[in-house]
Amino acid sequence: MKVSLNWLREYVDVRLPIEELARRITDAVAEVEGWRVIGEMWDPALVRVAKVVAVEPHPNADRLRLATVDTGQGTVRVVCGAPNLAVGQTVAFASEGARLFDGHTGEPTTLKLRPIRGVESAGMVLSEKELGLSDEHEGILVLPEGTPVGVPLADVLGDVILEVSTWANRADLLGMVGFAREVAALTGSVLREPDRRYSESGPDVTELVSVAIEAPDLCRRFTASVIEGIEIGPSPAWMQERLRKAGMRPINNVVDITNYVMLETGQPLHAFDYDLVRGKRIVARRAQPGERLVTLDGVEREFDSEMLLICDGEGPVGVAGVMGGGNSEVNEGTTRVLLEVANFRAGSIRRTSTLLKLRTEASLRFEKGIGPEMAMYAQQRALHLFEAVCGGRIARGIVDVYPGKEPPRTILLEAARIAQVLGVEVPVEDVRRILGDLGFLVHHVPPAKYSVQVPSWRPDVEIPDDLVEEVGRIYGYDRLPTTMLRGTLPPPETNPVMALRERLRDLAVALGFQEVINYTLTTREKLALVTDPMDAVRRNPLGVVNPVAAQHAYLRTSLRGSVLELFAANRRQAEGPLRLFEVGFEYLPVEGDLPIERPVLCAVLGGPREGRWRVGGGEALDFFDAKGAVEAMLGALGVRGTFVPAEEYGLLPGHTAKFGVGSEMAGIVGQVHPDTAAAFDIDEPVYLFEVWVEDLVRHLPERPPYQALSRYPAVRLDLAVVVDAAVPAGAVLDLVRSHRSQGVQVRAELFDEYRGPGVPEGKKSLALRLWLRADDRTLTDDEALKVRQGLLARLGREFGATLRG
Amino acid sequence: MTTETGNLSRLEEEALAGLGAAGDEASLERWRAAWLGRQDGRVTVLLRGIREVPQEERAAYGAAVNALKARLEAALEERRAALKRAELERLAREGALDVTLPGRPQPLGRLHPITRTLRDCLEAFKAMGFRVAEGPEVEWDRYNFDAARIPEDHPARDMWDTIWVNTLIDGKRRMLLRTHTTPNQIRVMERTPQPPVRVVVPGKCYRQEATDATHEWMLTQIEGLAVDEGVRMSDLKGVLYEWARAMFGSDRRIIFHHSYFPFVEPGVEMAIDCFICRGDGRQCHTCHGTGWIEILGAGMVHPEIIDNAGYDASKVTGFAFGIGVERVAMLRWGIEDIRHFYSNDLRFLSQF
Repeated sequence: MKVSLNWLREYVDVRLPIEELARRITDAVAEVEGWRVIGEMWDPALVRVAKVVAVEPHPNADRLRLATVDTGQGTVRVVCGAPNLAVGQTVAFASEGARLFDGHTGEPTTLKLRPIRGVESAGMVLSEKELGLSDEHEGILVLPEGTPVGVPLADVLGDVILEVSTWANRADLLGMVGFAREVAALTGSVLREPDRRYSESGPDVTELVSVAIEAPDLCRRFTASVIEGIEIGPSPAWMQERLRKAGMRPINNVVDITNYVMLETGQPLHAFDYDLVRGKRIVARRAQPGERLVTLDGVEREFDSEMLLICDGEGPVGVAGVMGGGNSEVNEGTTRVLLEVANFRAGSIRRTSTLLKLRTEASLRFEKGIGPEMAMYAQQRALHLFEAVCGGRIARGIVDVYPGKEPPRTILLEAARIAQVLGVEVPVEDVRRILGDLGFLVHHVPPAKYSVQVPSWRPDVEIPDDLVEEVGRIYGYDRLPTTMLRGTLPPPETNPVMALRERLRDLAVALGFQEVINYTLTTREKLALVTDPMDAVRRNPLGVVNPVAAQHAYLRTSLRGSVLELFAANRRQAEGPLRLFEVGFEYLPVEGDLPIERPVLCAVLGGPREGRWRVGGGEALDFFDAKGAVEAMLGALGVRGTFVPAEEYGLLPGHTAKFGVGSEMAGIVGQVHPDTAAAFDIDEPVYLFEVWVEDLVRHLPERPPYQALSRYPAVRLDLAVVVDAAVPAGAVLDLVRSHRSQGVQVRAELFDEYRGPGVPEGKKSLALRLWLRADDRTLTDDEALKVRQGLLARLGREFGATLRG
Repeated sequence: MTTETGNLSRLEEEALAGLGAAGDEASLERWRAAWLGRQDGRVTVLLRGIREVPQEERAAYGAAVNALKARLEAALEERRAALKRAELERLAREGALDVTLPGRPQPLGRLHPITRTLRDCLEAFKAMGFRVAEGPEVEWDRYNFDAARIPEDHPARDMWDTIWVNTLIDGKRRMLLRTHTTPNQIRVMERTPQPPVRVVVPGKCYRQEATDATHEWMLTQIEGLAVDEGVRMSDLKGVLYEWARAMFGSDRRIIFHHSYFPFVEPGVEMAIDCFICRGDGRQCHTCHGTGWIEILGAGMVHPEIIDNAGYDASKVTGFAFGIGVERVAMLRWGIEDIRHFYSNDLRFLSQF
């Protein structure tokens, strides 16, 4: 909302500097987003008020005229091209050297005078655009009659326009009076309410119009008055100026009054041409389904049966609280006006304007909730202006149908509640003053209660804590102490899945992987590249109705696509090894319920291993780098994983393993199928692994599998065995590691796999390094030898292994 | 005797000359074998020859030869040390590295800046006794809006532009991508039969809005909630003050502005004093010359929500806050464009 400081001053004295005022309004009322100073660059000596005393044609140009203006220091002659220039006008006049805005470009400029078509000009009569007031440059700005001639323009037109963002529950702040009330409470000033007096003449209003409310649940109050003897014309300059500063376009005196009073009171009004209201009656009723009306904006609209229409004797003439109809619009020939000021149910207006996609100044106010008492207030104010501005004759009385009248709300506020909520004791006199200034009627009920009657314009105040807020914000939150929570702590929230997720993040980072975070919405096409066509869940992701962009239309059911995409994107920027990972959710649809959000760590890696810089790129990262990372993570978590060959959509068969604990799988590692990689624009071998957090968490040991350190030394020996090429090395290693013999434990690492000369065709050699250790003694060479022989015998039995010669 | 002594000193001269000529470990070893070798080193032989020395001279002879042996051993050690020293000096001199050459690259992983910032925030709250919980990103409209006192047909819904899930349940759209972490206030209280509640809930949220340098449609929030008898707005101030100091420096100041969120009463917005211009920069891009940076929304939990949780709202009060993690990360590191976070360009990510 745009708040003109000059206009505000009509209702409340403002003595604070603008910075201070803005700060205090932001602290306690609504956010001041900024302000614009009008006339900041108008030099008081060079830009002044003048009066046009004569107008003659320009001798050399048809479109130009010569104006004689009284500047207050004598008359001068200027050349002027404005079509609206006329004798008797009070205008803005600039002398040589004045800082203005260029009438065409709008850029700041300095006025330099030179002859125009051979005639000297002593200055310039200014348009709104040249003054920086608006984009209006058709004609010159005409000031209100009676503006003193010769005074600096800044004194009469200078202003500050505050840009204020208000709240969704405060319709009253969208009126100058409501806003001024807050400023008054904040600064200790007195609120001056606008004049609502007028005189009545003409016939009794009930003879002119009748009003019926057929939907009292949607229309709580409807007031109507009739003004006769109207002559449609422009509204006074001061009113136009204020409307413009508030960001509205002046139309004519009748429409301008309704807009002006809306800006002033926050209560929307609507003027009908009385003579276009058929049957001289108004009915507020629900629309019949499919009923139509062309609204003031020229659009034909269709209504549903929950929308409230304003109708005359024959049909709709307006959409209640949103926009009037074209069929009853005030026009140049209008002489009698029917003025509607009504109160509609906020939610209903909100619903209608949302469905019609029609947000108006009226609907934006109604939907926030306006107190029904404001209708009569705004009627009276408008009638005052109709009389003063249009010279209209006001029919006797105001029709007031008010089925929704409720007694004023009274709230009992315990003084202790203020301290209970805020943490500070606010003295009784402050509570009374603050609430009183804001329009509440406060009765202190000793010793420690307040009975508070809520003003009708504050329907948002419903409960004692709403009053606590009123007190708190005006009292000043800066006066609250800074304290620390007291009392007992709640029991710890245990969330092992979250804990594991964070641990996996740390482990991935420790292993050299860069964390990424992707958008969780993607496309079906991208998901199809990485999910199995047979996977009915992952191939049918949840879509969203209104994505921010087409590439973010489906909730991802796999992280693989996003991470591969980033691999490709970053490959374009950097050579060398890339190791990326993301921890996020797969959103797996569930019929009739929220999706399962399945936490997954997904990592990809590829590119040359970190080489010696002297040598350049080293050998490439491969499957065993990926698997090594998985093993390192599992090892750090105290889990010994088992790896089994696996086939998975999008991964290369023969280069893929699932891993888990025992037979339960908790992840996958493999080479991305080159076709899949190519679909992501990756033309190098790239490897991927996933850890399925919820599947792994079940297998985490409660404590690390700690063993006391043996005091006895280990015997180290190497062992190379030849087995069939088809025997999985993992099985051999598992057997060796599980071997026990007379309290001797075997630790084993596989350090070579070899096929080729020296090993028979169809066989391979596995080289193992063993550490044998007993808990209770130092092993002798003989004992170690025996263990080795026993182990060899078992390997022979289980795998047909022979010692490599 | 004299002869022997004379012989010994000649021998010593010869030995030392030989030692002086030995320039590496191998020739030192050869020299040692020749002179001090256990089998037939010349000094060893001399010692062994003591039996042929007349009885009365034996003591003096033995002493002299042993002294010679000791001197030669000492000389050997000294020579060995000198050679080693010389070798190291040579290494330092001739084999000097160009230490300005780059080090060998090591694999180095980093957390995403949002993860880092999120964790730092959570740590600050954990230190004040807050637990960490989570809730779903795809949420029911009831939790996201209605239970948070944002009914349909209320303009407050405009504060959150919603992305709706395209699934009808009983003919109505009910699922959405949560627009804030606020539904977790309800969820946490629902599963906590009795206060105290003291929890922070991090997670992603979504808004149907156009992106620019300061707006992103996917964002990370932290919801904070403390509910108990005796929880006051001044406690909210204290907790957020501690958090602000942990994140932005111990000399930070905070202020509350009046604000409106349907689920709190009173509602406030918190600002911290601008640590970029320290309040005196009319041109400051961070605070736009106001000296204050709006950083989060907060307030006292609406009594109706306390009531709906089954707590006695006349005794039990609470506060809640919502922090935008991206905004915090942007402020602490001076990041100018929020869109960097989810573009995941390594040139960006590797700076944190």
